[in-house]
Amino acid sequence: MEHGNMNLTLKVWKQKNKDAKGKFETYDAKGISPDMSFLEMFDVVNEKLISDGKEPVAFDHDCREGICGMCSMYINGRPHGPKGGVTTCQLHMRSFKDGDTIVVEPWRSAAFPVIKDLAVDRSSFDRIMAAGGFVSVNTGNAKDANNILIPKYDADTAFDAAACIGCGACVAACKNSSAMLFVSAKVSQLSLLPQGQIEKQDRVLNMVKQMDEEGFGNCTNTGACEAECPKSISLENIARMNREYTGASFTQNKV
Amino acid sequence: MATSSKLNSKIPEGILENKWTKYRSTVHLVNPANKRSLEIIVVGSGLAGSSAAASLAEMGYKVKVFCYQDSPRRAHSIAAQGGINAAKNYQNDGDSVYRLFYDTIKGGDYRAREANVHRLAEVSSGIIDQCVAQGVPFAREYGGTLSNRSFGGTQVQRTFYAAGQTGQQLLLGAYSALQRQVGMGAVQLLARHEMMDVVTVDGKARGIIARDLVTGKLERHFGHAVLLCTGGYGNVFYLSTNAMGCNVTAAWKAHKKGAFFGNPCYTQIHPTCIPVSGDHQSKLTLMSESLRNDGRIWVPKKKDDTRKAVDIPEEERDYYLERRYPAFGNLVPRDVASRAAKERCDAGYGVGASKMAVYLDFAANTERYGKIEATKLNLHNPSKDEIMRLGKEVVKEKYGNLFDMYKQITNENPYEMPMRIYPAVHYTMGGLWVDYNLMTTVPGLYALGEANFSDHGANRLGASALMQGLADGYFVIPYTIGDYLSEEIRTKAIPTNNEAFVKAEAEVQARIDKLFAIKGTKSVDNFHKRLGKIMWEKCGMSRDAEGLKWAIAEIQKLKAEFWSDVRIPGTNNEFNPELEKAGRVADFIELGELMCVDALSRNESCGGHFREEYQTPEGEALRDDDNFAFVSAWEYKGDSNFELHKEELKFENIKLAQRNYA
Repeated sequence: MEHGNMNLTLKVWKQKNKDAKGKFETYDAKGISPDMSFLEMFDVVNEKLISDGKEPVAFDHDCREGICGMCSMYINGRPHGPKGGVTTCQLHMRSFKDGDTIVVEPWRSAAFPVIKDLAVDRSSFDRIMAAGGFVSVNTGNAKDANNILIPKYDADTAFDAAACIGCGACVAACKNSSAMLFVSAKVSQLSLLPQGQIEKQDRVLNMVKQMDEEGFGNCTNTGACEAECPKSISLENIARMNREYTGASFTQNKV
Repeated sequence: MATSSKLNSKIPEGILENKWTKYRSTVHLVNPANKRSLEIIVVGSGLAGSSAAASLAEMGYKVKVFCYQDSPRRAHSIAAQGGINAAKNYQNDGDSVYRLFYDTIKGGDYRAREANVHRLAEVSSGIIDQCVAQGVPFAREYGGTLSNRSFGGTQVQRTFYAAGQTGQQLLLGAYSALQRQVGMGAVQLLARHEMMDVVTVDGKARGIIARDLVTGKLERHFGHAVLLCTGGYGNVFYLSTNAMGCNVTAAWKAHKKGAFFGNPCYTQIHPTCIPVSGDHQSKLTLMSESLRNDGRIWVPKKKDDTRKAVDIPEEERDYYLERRYPAFGNLVPRDVASRAAKERCDAGYGVGASKMAVYLDFAANTERYGKIEATKLNLHNPSKDEIMRLGKEVVKEKYGNLFDMYKQITNENPYEMPMRIYPAVHYTMGGLWVDYNLMTTVPGLYALGEANFSDHGANRLGASALMQGLADGYFVIPYTIGDYLSEEIRTKAIPTNNEAFVKAEAEVQARIDKLFAIKGTKSVDNFHKRLGKIMWEKCGMSRDAEGLKWAIAEIQKLKAEFWSDVRIPGTNNEFNPELEKAGRVADFIELGELMCVDALSRNESCGGHFREEYQTPEGEALRDDDNFAFVSAWEYKGDSNFELHKEELKFENIKLAQRNYA
């Protein structure tokens, strides 16, 4: 069905499963409307592939409003494509020109194995969270919410860090496949709030340890993560985490 | 009217205010040693699922969590924007547990259970405390206290928020509590797993069949109890504000295994969403109800007015909500606001290219905020531009992410011109029928959060979904599950080579094989879109008997066509999103029929269920309390065959009245 008048050529990474060898396939995307999102353009391509009896392109997506963090396409060499501050699902075809050739790959990192085509396994992020990304407070323990006052600036700064959607674009953008921006966002959120103080040393040490065990690389401060982050998570978080980590390494009480 | 003998709501005796306190102080307990040998399956990892799983694991139960997404953090609770209600009365504006209870019953158009709603209002405060303790960064005032704002259907400020990302922050809080238990080994997490069926042994829920979405392998999992926290079914309409993967499959399988479905036709159409732009559209995007705090809704007074919004003078604008409902103005409940928008558009006053939109205009409040800021900054006689610039800063801080999202989708700048909005499917009040313990009609099978029917009657108030999901998970199920599990301490884990598991798995496999064997010509989306169109036109914002009968016949035809002409590429033994969609759409088709059957049987209008035949002269919903003050609980009796059971709703504390927001 014709939706608009843009015609594009897609070069898309196809890979059967994590053990298979992948390669680029070329597809035509015809009759595309500039008002479509990038994923809706893929819907059109897949609809055509299915009606032609071919295998559609597998990709991860869910909320399609930029908040769930599930969509994860590496478009023309940039995670989530050419526009800053948006996820792939919020990238619209008006950001491209009729006749463009667009190269689409999955996130590439040893810690994010490909599941199929453009979908990758990001369960390493869940394991990092399980290692320390929380305040240990069982349900029912809490006292009245206004008992502890929190300066607005601290609450706002913690919120800015907490806005991370866990999509993994930072890892995909980093030449070292470092997950420092993701980890530091959670460390920062909790270390900026009074509730996070008690466990702050264990938290940063445990999360960084798990991050290393998952096979993520080191940070060399190139800043690509911040530039590509769809939620504009600041590099300051990495600096804050490094301070927390250094402090904790020297002063923690445990042997 | 008498309640059906098949339904026992188990509402505790006693006066309303004491029911929950007394109940949770006397409900049976399971001792810590026994908890360690009791296994609980939680399906879904949104606010209800994550909070329940974390809380139950903290108590000592062995928990397994399943979600279809790649991580529990992606569940669609993450997308809730505006806020969460709690009867804290921090604003000293007259809020109380009773007022939250009253507003919710009234907002639900008197079709919810008093005892459940009162319990919800009672536990609401504790939710905020718990979330703050977890490190949820709610918005705060300069003095360090929590900030509140207003939502529809209320006249107090009881909504707590974190910019326009409240659901995200609450879910990440619950997710962090969940991951803590995963790290401690108390919860086993099975992401990218979809529940395919409930397994019952001797009439009790004893586990599930799940499909590993990466390998396609079917798995059998045992549990002493099964909790469905699987959200709503708005995607039956194809276009909705739900995530693409949101589905009814878990609830529908439970329904077919004996769980009654409550009030399936109660659907919430949210008034402020970005309008449809073309037939390529895959989903709709909400613009938070919190925008109605500061946005004024209007259409031109003249039909087919083609002038730009900014060129239409004040006196030629119709602020129709303020005109019709002066007491609540732009903050009337969602069902009322949606119908009023539809009424104006149907009458020819709509705006934009499609004429199916109204304006949500921030200019007046931007100017007001600008003047306040100018005063704070000691600016005398500031220019209009200066005022608007300062005002925009304030608006940006309150709603920045929503304005950005609007601009990204529509390519229009809402700081410069009013937003165009139109109602869209957003939430389903209906769901699995549950008793006071949140147990369905299948013993041991529970439904929490949006997946149950319990607290919102025929219309949910804004910022109450987050409240209910977390109430059910943090503060209700940890107590009420004891009533059942205390009787199960002698039940040993049932091996999954038990006949019931083997049979259930074989049935799931047979259905998958059947889907692949069709080898038809049309994609799953093709059927889904056609189902959505039928539902939106005949079972959407307004319904009538003739349309519903037509829809039922059409859906039955669509079902036959689906099962003879759908095409599913690939195989079962791999990551196959088309197969996942096919299973879900097949269930949506069956549910769609039941929704129409339910809507047809309810010969009244109430909340989100508006029957054209039953309205007041002013066009408001006209209830029939003598004949319809009941919950419709539908029993599955076979293909296209549903039997209605009624649970009488008794209002002992609130007087039934025509809703009045004028």
